[in-house]
Amino acid sequence: MNQAAFLSALQKIFPERRLLTAPAALAAYESDGLTAFRARPLVVVIPETQEEVIRAVKACHEFGAPFVARGSGTSLSGGALPVKEGVVLALNRLNRILKLDPQQRIAVVEPGVVNIEITKAAAPFGLLYAPDPSSQPVCTIGGNVAFNSGGAHCLKYGMTSNHVLGLKVVLPDGEVAELGGDSLESVDADYVGLFSGSEGLFGIALEITVRLLPKPETYRTLLAAYRSLEAAGDAVSSVIASGLLPGALEIMDNLSIQAAEAAVKPGYPLDAAALLIVELEGERAQVEAEWARLKAVIDASRPYLVKVARDDEERMKIWKGRKSAFSAVGRLSPDYIVQDGVVPRRRLGEALAEIEKLSAKWGIRVANVFHAGDGNLHPLIMFDGREPGALRRAEELAGEIIALCIRLGGSITGEHGVGMEKRQYMPRQFSATDMDAMWALRKAIDPLELANRGKVFPEGEAPSLHRVGAHPLEQAGVISRE
Amino acid sequence: MSADLIGELQATVASSARVRPRGATTKMRAPANNCATLDMRRLAGVVDYQPTEFVITAWAGTPVAEVQSLLAEHGQYLPFDPLLAERGATLGGTIAANACGPERYRYGGARDFIIGARFIDGNGNLIQGGGKVVKNAAGFDYPKLMVGSLGRLGALVELTFKVFPKPEAYATLRVDGASLDAALALLPKLTNCPYDLNAIDLVIGAASQVAILIRVGGLAAGLPQRMDRVRSLCGGGDIVTGDVEAQLWRDAREFAWVADGMPVVKVPLTPGRIPALDARVSSARRRYSVGGNVAWIATSALDELDATLRSLDLAGLVLLNAPGDPRIGRRVSNAFAERVARALDPQNKFG
Ligand SMILES: Cc1cc2nc3c(=O)[nH]c(=O)nc-3n(C[C@H](O)[C@H](O)[C@H](O)COP(=O)(O)OP(=O)(O)OC[C@H]3O[C@@H](n4cnc5c(N)ncnc54)[C@H](O)[C@@H]3O)c2cc1C
Ligand SMILES: Cc1cc2nc3c(=O)[nH]c(=O)nc-3n(C[C@H](O)[C@H](O)[C@H](O)COP(=O)(O)OP(=O)(O)OC[C@H]3O[C@@H](n4cnc5c(N)ncnc54)[C@H](O)[C@@H]3O)c2cc1C
Repeated sequence: MNQAAFLSALQKIFPERRLLTAPAALAAYESDGLTAFRARPLVVVIPETQEEVIRAVKACHEFGAPFVARGSGTSLSGGALPVKEGVVLALNRLNRILKLDPQQRIAVVEPGVVNIEITKAAAPFGLLYAPDPSSQPVCTIGGNVAFNSGGAHCLKYGMTSNHVLGLKVVLPDGEVAELGGDSLESVDADYVGLFSGSEGLFGIALEITVRLLPKPETYRTLLAAYRSLEAAGDAVSSVIASGLLPGALEIMDNLSIQAAEAAVKPGYPLDAAALLIVELEGERAQVEAEWARLKAVIDASRPYLVKVARDDEERMKIWKGRKSAFSAVGRLSPDYIVQDGVVPRRRLGEALAEIEKLSAKWGIRVANVFHAGDGNLHPLIMFDGREPGALRRAEELAGEIIALCIRLGGSITGEHGVGMEKRQYMPRQFSATDMDAMWALRKAIDPLELANRGKVFPEGEAPSLHRVGAHPLEQAGVISRE
Repeated sequence: MSADLIGELQATVASSARVRPRGATTKMRAPANNCATLDMRRLAGVVDYQPTEFVITAWAGTPVAEVQSLLAEHGQYLPFDPLLAERGATLGGTIAANACGPERYRYGGARDFIIGARFIDGNGNLIQGGGKVVKNAAGFDYPKLMVGSLGRLGALVELTFKVFPKPEAYATLRVDGASLDAALALLPKLTNCPYDLNAIDLVIGAASQVAILIRVGGLAAGLPQRMDRVRSLCGGGDIVTGDVEAQLWRDAREFAWVADGMPVVKVPLTPGRIPALDARVSSARRRYSVGGNVAWIATSALDELDATLRSLDLAGLVLLNAPGDPRIGRRVSNAFAERVARALDPQNKFG
């Protein structure tokens, strides 16, 4: 690629202050939420209009330059890791809510809009945007769409893609396509569904039509403390078996309880082996009826303590503890890896017991917080990066947990995506035929592999499943870590 | 046994120039000629059902009704409210046609409940997308893509769904005699209020009188109180329960309101676009469903409707009794769709 010519093409689109090439300016974009990986791009551009994004993508295509879209860079799987010598399109300034139509219950937004801003804009009309990843005060809708992000309410409400009705996207060669529409229904194949969760490999979302829901009339939230993780897991099964459909069912283990309590003082019982959070929400009369049933089920599950949120403030406190769990673990350990895997719900107990064994085997502390309602585990693997070999050992433990999830019939990721981190595990979950078909799809949409090159698919023909030492890309000098 | 059958279907795809999957033919007509038919009904039966997982996997040729009755034994259901189950619709045909009923209003449509799919692509390969757990972000979301694909992107072999506990009891508020304007003025009050409504349909009768049907489901204990609130929001109406209530919605799902053999067209829209459309189809039997997000229009004058929809920039699908290609109204080609089709079916066998 002729870098000078390419840069001057970009200079025709972006003024100097929105085209970064100085090493100091690029540093902020070298990694995302998975800080173990870093790569320095050639250039970062900061579009303010959709037209600028389209023109930048066309320039990339013309010069064969790989590009990575970036929202807030909170990806935990290295999805927003730049391609060395490539382009980063930082989309934070594309943050307009273009339309909010309470009567049709839709909003049309640009990709850089921060998740929680939609709910804030919808709140005066009694509406909300349902998907609520813990990172919602910072992460963008563009990143949410690319990763089909989840949150604590997925069992009942689904993931991001369940709330996206329409998309305007720029494909990796600069062509623009409109997918879906603004109705809840459609008469075409679901291209919106296919684009969602494609991790930036199919192009860049420019405009996103989301559906809004009425804010539930009331919430009933309880905390139940147990002496063992199994008991909490069994309680989840009983709640499900009772025919209830709670809005959220979350479990935290003792380490994460400690961390959360140290960080934001949510008032969790510090001696619990496991905390179960159950939230019912909806119309008052229905929730009251459900509450009676829930109380009976929880009592029968023999927790040693039950706390019920009496008002909104207490409820928010319970959630604050849960939502801060990731960052709170930072207080217990200088470094940690957030793992994300799924097992069938009935095998949660087994999975947790196995993780405990693995933790003992490696002598590495693992805190567990998880979306128990949908079997989505988030083990937090703690290590000290200054200790030689500690990161590698933590990664190997993470790998064993992923293998466990596959073995139990689950998935290598529930919501954080494959990105960079898990690409070598894809062939374990999918057959060679499946991988080939996905690759053919990728190539049909992006023959030059410009969009988010190097993610999702394992590199090379024989994926290194037991990676020891430097990552292959590090060995090749493409990325480095600190 | 099923492996042999799948192998046979794969071989048919590989060796044929054109193929079209068929289910129970409850919706569209017999395949166009010079086209090999894949009779997917041969692949029938439930493969795996774990009530406590909220997950069921079945062969695509399984009758929807069979799945529904198995789920009902465990107090669960398919919340997207599949259409035409009583006429024998299969799971595959339901997904391919995206045939969802009024209650998809509450929790979502087929796209929101399909979590896994195995299908035969245009190369004759058997591909797996998604999985058998309710949450999964690995790999491209083929299962969703297949919703509404009309058998044009491959033959669905096996499908996995998320399921929910079925509401213990239902009641419906029926408000008769409103004008369309009045009904449409009431609609946003219903869709934006924090009452959990399962379905909202506007049934247009003779002389364009509207019957508003509002379905509410949940635990029996809270239901009467909830119905009273809905009624006061609507300023009156009759509360219907029991078999009569169930029949109202069964009639909607089975198109009991449509004369035998009459084509029925599905038109996705938003409530705000109903008046313009309604003025142009006032001689047809019609119903606005899913809180004003779908128009169902029964008419033999498909050419005329095609032109009407084009002029209003709306797309339609002749779901029942299509004489030919079921797609009418606006048709915009889109580069993404073309590339997807090229990848899944390079020789355009299913197209
Ligand atoms: C503390 C913390 C808590 C978290 N909690 C959750 C959680 O509960 N649930 C959950 O699912 N995730 C969670 N995450 C992960 C992360 O927040 C999500 O993946 C989020 O969607 C990323 O959004 P972002 O704007 O930061 O995107 P980025 O990290 O910038 O990008 C993510 C991916 O999206 C692509 N992308 C960005 N914008 C676009 C666009 N417009 N078009 C196409 N591709 C695009 C990027 O190329 C990249 O591959 C958490 C992360 C942190 C740090
Ligand atoms: C583009 C197009 C053009 C057409 N042109 C004509 C024409 O010129 N003349 C004519 O008479 N008819 C035409 N048809 C109608 C076509 O023959 C029917 O769509 C279909 O063949 C009949 O399926 P069915 O009656 O079994 O429907 P159902 O069983 O009710 O199924 C509904 C839809 O789902 C599909 N389907 C069913 N099971 C599966 C499965 N397991 N996997 C994937 N898809 C499945 C069917 O193909 C059908 O589209 C056309 C259809 C399409 C999509």
